[in-house]
This record gives sequence, C-alpha cells and structure tokens, in this order.
Amino acid sequence: MKKAGFNLLHINYKAGYENKKSFNLFLIGLPAMLLLFLFQYVPMFGIIIAFKDFKFNKGIFGSDWAGLSNFKFFFTSEKAFIVTRNAIGLNALFIVFGTVVAIAFALMLFELGKKMVKIFQTILFFPFFISWVVASFAFYALLNYEYGALNNIFEIFGLDPVNWYFESGYWPFLLVLIYLWKNVGYSSILYYTGLMGIDSSYYESAKIDGASKIQQIRYVTIPLLAPIIILLFILNVGRIFYSDFGLFYFVTRDSAALYNVTDVIDTYVYRALKSSTDIGMAAASGLYQSLVGFIMVLASNWFISRVSKENAMF
Amino acid sequence: MKPTIGNGFYKKNIGIIFTAVSLLLVIPVIYIVSISFSTNEDIIKYGYKLLPVSFSTSAYRYLFKDFGQIINSYIVSITVTVLGTIVSLLLSTMLGYTISRPDYKYKKGVTFYVFFTMLFNGGLVPSYILVSNILHLRNTIWVLILPYLINAWYVILLKGFLASIPLSLIESAYIDNAGELRIFFSIIIPLSKPALASVGLLIAFAYWNDWWLAMLYIEKQNLVPLQYLLYSIMTNLQFLLEKMTANIKVNRAELPAEPIRMAMCVLAAGPMLFVFPFFQRYFVKGLTVGAVKG
Repeated sequence: MKKAGFNLLHINYKAGYENKKSFNLFLIGLPAMLLLFLFQYVPMFGIIIAFKDFKFNKGIFGSDWAGLSNFKFFFTSEKAFIVTRNAIGLNALFIVFGTVVAIAFALMLFELGKKMVKIFQTILFFPFFISWVVASFAFYALLNYEYGALNNIFEIFGLDPVNWYFESGYWPFLLVLIYLWKNVGYSSILYYTGLMGIDSSYYESAKIDGASKIQQIRYVTIPLLAPIIILLFILNVGRIFYSDFGLFYFVTRDSAALYNVTDVIDTYVYRALKSSTDIGMAAASGLYQSLVGFIMVLASNWFISRVSKENAMF
Repeated sequence: MKPTIGNGFYKKNIGIIFTAVSLLLVIPVIYIVSISFSTNEDIIKYGYKLLPVSFSTSAYRYLFKDFGQIINSYIVSITVTVLGTIVSLLLSTMLGYTISRPDYKYKKGVTFYVFFTMLFNGGLVPSYILVSNILHLRNTIWVLILPYLINAWYVILLKGFLASIPLSLIESAYIDNAGELRIFFSIIIPLSKPALASVGLLIAFAYWNDWWLAMLYIEKQNLVPLQYLLYSIMTNLQFLLEKMTANIKVNRAELPAEPIRMAMCVLAAGPMLFVFPFFQRYFVKGLTVGAVKG
C-alpha cells in the first residue's frame, strides 16, 4: 500500500521531482566539475598563446598577436623534425619490445607453480614503484664514466670505457632496456591475467591432437589473447606523441650531448618554457603535440571500433 | 586445473631465466644501497661496487647530523599525499557517483565533459601560465595538491565501480526521505570501500612519487617534496655539501660526497618502497580494470 501511494505521488510530481533529483546530483558532482574546468578547460583556451608573441609582463591579452610565426619558427627549425622523430621512433620501439617481452614473460610465468609466480611477479613489479628520479640514481651508478659499474666490467675485459652520457649512439638501446626495466612487470601481469582467463579445455583438446608446446602457443594462446594485445597496442599507439618525461629527462640527466636522440616533444617544450626565451614557440609546439595527439587517439579509437566494437572507448 | 603441458624441464629453465631477469632488475637498485655504505676512498680506488669493499656508515652519520632538509621534505610529501588523497578521492567519488546514476538527467553530457579531458589538453604552457601568473600558486603547498585533484581517469574508474550499485537500493532510501548527500555518505561510500581503497592507493602513489609539480612551481627550500629533493641533489650535489658544511662545520674534503648522495636517496625513497609492494594486488586490480575497460 505504501509503495502504491509513493508511486502516485511520484507520477503527480514526476517532472518537478526528477528535475530536483538531477539538480541535487549535479551539486554533488559540481566541485569536481569546477576543478576540471579550472585546470583542464581553462588551459584549452590558453592555446591562443601559441598565436601570440607572449611576454610575461604583458599577460595573455596584452601580448601582441604573432599570427602563425611561432609555428613557422618551430617547424622551420630542425628541432621539430628531431623531437617528432625521437618521440615516434622511441615510443614505437617501446611498444614493440614492451609487447613482445611482456607476452613472453606472461607465457613463461604461466608455466610456473603458484608460489613461484607470486615471487617473480613481486620482483618484476618492483621497479614500477620506483620513481624516475630514484631510477636515475640507480642507472647513474651503472653508467657513470669514472666509477660506473658498466665501465668497471668493461675494464676487466680490456675494453675502453664509454662516456655514456655523452655518446648518443647507445641511447636508443639503453632507453628501450630501461623502459622495459620499469614497465615490463606491470604489462606482463596484465597479459598473465588474460592467460588465466583462457579455458583449459582448449589446451586439453590441443594436447589430444598432439600439438607441441609451440603449436599450442601459436594456435591457442595467441589467438585467444589477441583482443587484449590489440587493445593495448592501439591504446599505446594513440599515445605515441606523448613521452614519459621522467625517463627522457632524469635518466639521461638532461645531457645536451644526447638531445639528438633523446629529446622528445615533452622535454623540448619544458626546456623552452623554463628558459623563458620564447614562450610563444613553446606553446606552439605544445599545441602541435596536443592536436596531433588528439587525432592519433581518435584514429586509434576508430580503428579499435572497426576491429572489436565492444573494446572501443567511445 | 592449470594446464601444465611442460614437465620439469620447462619449469626448471623458466625458473633459471626468471631468476636471472630478477637479478638484473634489482641490481641497479642494490648499487644505490651499496654506494651509500661505501667510503669515498674505496670509490675512488675501485669504482662503484655491487657490495661495499669496506662497510661504512659515515654517509648516514653525516646525514643524521643535518637531518633538517630530509625531515622537512618528508613533512611536505606526507602532507601533500594525505591531504591530496583524501580530498581527491572524495571529490572524484562524488563526481563518479553523479555520472554513474542511470536516472541522472545529464549523465551523458557530464560524462563526456569528464572524458574529453583525457583526449585533449591545452598543453604545458597555458597550464603553467594559469597556475603561476593568474592563480599565483607558485611556492605554496596548494600548487602541489590542486592540479592533481581531479583526474578524469580515476573518475571514470570510480564510475564503473559505482554503477554496479543497484538503483533499487537508492530508491528505497528515497522512500525513507533521505537526501542525496545522506544517501551518498551512508549508503554509497560504505558499499564501495574496496573500490575506494584501490583508487585511493593509485592517487596516493601518484602524489607521493610526484616531482613534476615541484619542478615547475617550487623554489622555496621549505616546500620541496622528497622526490624533487632527490632530483636537486642529483643535479647539484655541491649545493647540498655547501649547506652541510655550513651547518655542521666540517671540512668539505672530508665529506663522502657520493655515498652521501646515495644515502639520501635510500632515506628518502626507501621506506615507501617497502610499503607499496604490499598493496600490489590493489594496483593490479586498479590498473587492469583501467587498461581493459577504458
């Protein structure tokens, strides 16, 4: 009876009631919405700085318009090419090696007993908790010219010491290794969780058909793991214009001798901003990153929606 | 049953490979600890060693004589992490709750409003000018907290968790005349404790390990958080040594510079490195849900 009465009221006042309810819910979300507005949406309007000859003392609106000259300046310098090439090239290496090694680790973990998996998982995951600043101390201990561990080992084998922070040739290789050091544990656990979800009857029937270990991986595991592999792959491709600042700035010790190989859009914009010489151009290169990044995300999402509809983000 | 096709042979080889990989992963970190317990003379003579040639705690003894900066940075980092995590978790959950309600009229619009910030941003320069020249937050504790309060990613994650709370539960609370805020605090929050723990941990981790905001906006020594303190002694050991010699009156040359630097790293980063791995399972949960569900 009580319920019917409520429903009656509910119908009578429905429109007003629904509005009031939605308004109250809106109020609950409002503080966070305002913060998003302030720290995310307001800076979006700030992209006009890219079209200004920005001076701190004149402010955003007081600074003179510069048309497209900031962009012109950035794109005609060879820097634009270098930082774009480095960002895309290195991130592509990270994606490929990250995926392959993580899957290999996940497959190997899968063969081990529960206890072993737990131990190795914890160790593999450990670097994930180490910030890039602390990591830069650790790798400095390995790469220091005079005292570093690597040069010590080289000496034992009669090799010449390498001035790691000044020779850019080694860094694509080093960066991939250091990237794997930090991230492979996390992503292999991701794939391992995927493997745990595979129905064991697939393997049993494959075994009955006489499939070898490699064949089982090739024809059972990989196809069943494909959706998550593709999803993570495309998500990473969508982020290819953005780089892990800490890796490129701290671990390389911001060594100018390495910029040719290690400078990416994020570090370039940061330095341009910090040196305060040309804020307008820093803003222009930042906008370039945001825009192309935006297009990449949209494109990769479009691609996901073609491959598997339910995995698309929007 | 887990399908283990392989026999002992596979297991043994894989075990060996993982042991080797594990060693390679931890060796760089062991070097930090080892150097912190070495003497200057040994380092000059033998270079950095995996184990100290002669064990010495002198670097730590010097640091304990002038512990002010580390303590100060701990206080900054703890304040930022605690305050930031509580406020961020509360406000993110509130917004996540709003957009999780199927009967909320503007659910679609607000969800997009949140989601769009993950797709596009104004870039570093506009945010920098906003924070330092318009809001004037430079060199305040707030600049280390406010910019990270709402992360669209966590809001969407929380929304996913909260959407699983049945609407009938909320409707029955309406019958009892409970207001939205009361429903939120007395029904929603208690029901979503596991989700809050998971996301709260991710937020706390992000605040604790952050150097970025300090690097951009902090110059005052007494507001330097731990991670940024480490960065500044990495680039400028001289500065640290000068400060120490001024404070504790020792000869510059006597100070074991390299060990002190690494000892500082151990003291600043060590404790939390033993705490976070205990919560690993929450991290895995938060991250996998995030990565797979978007």
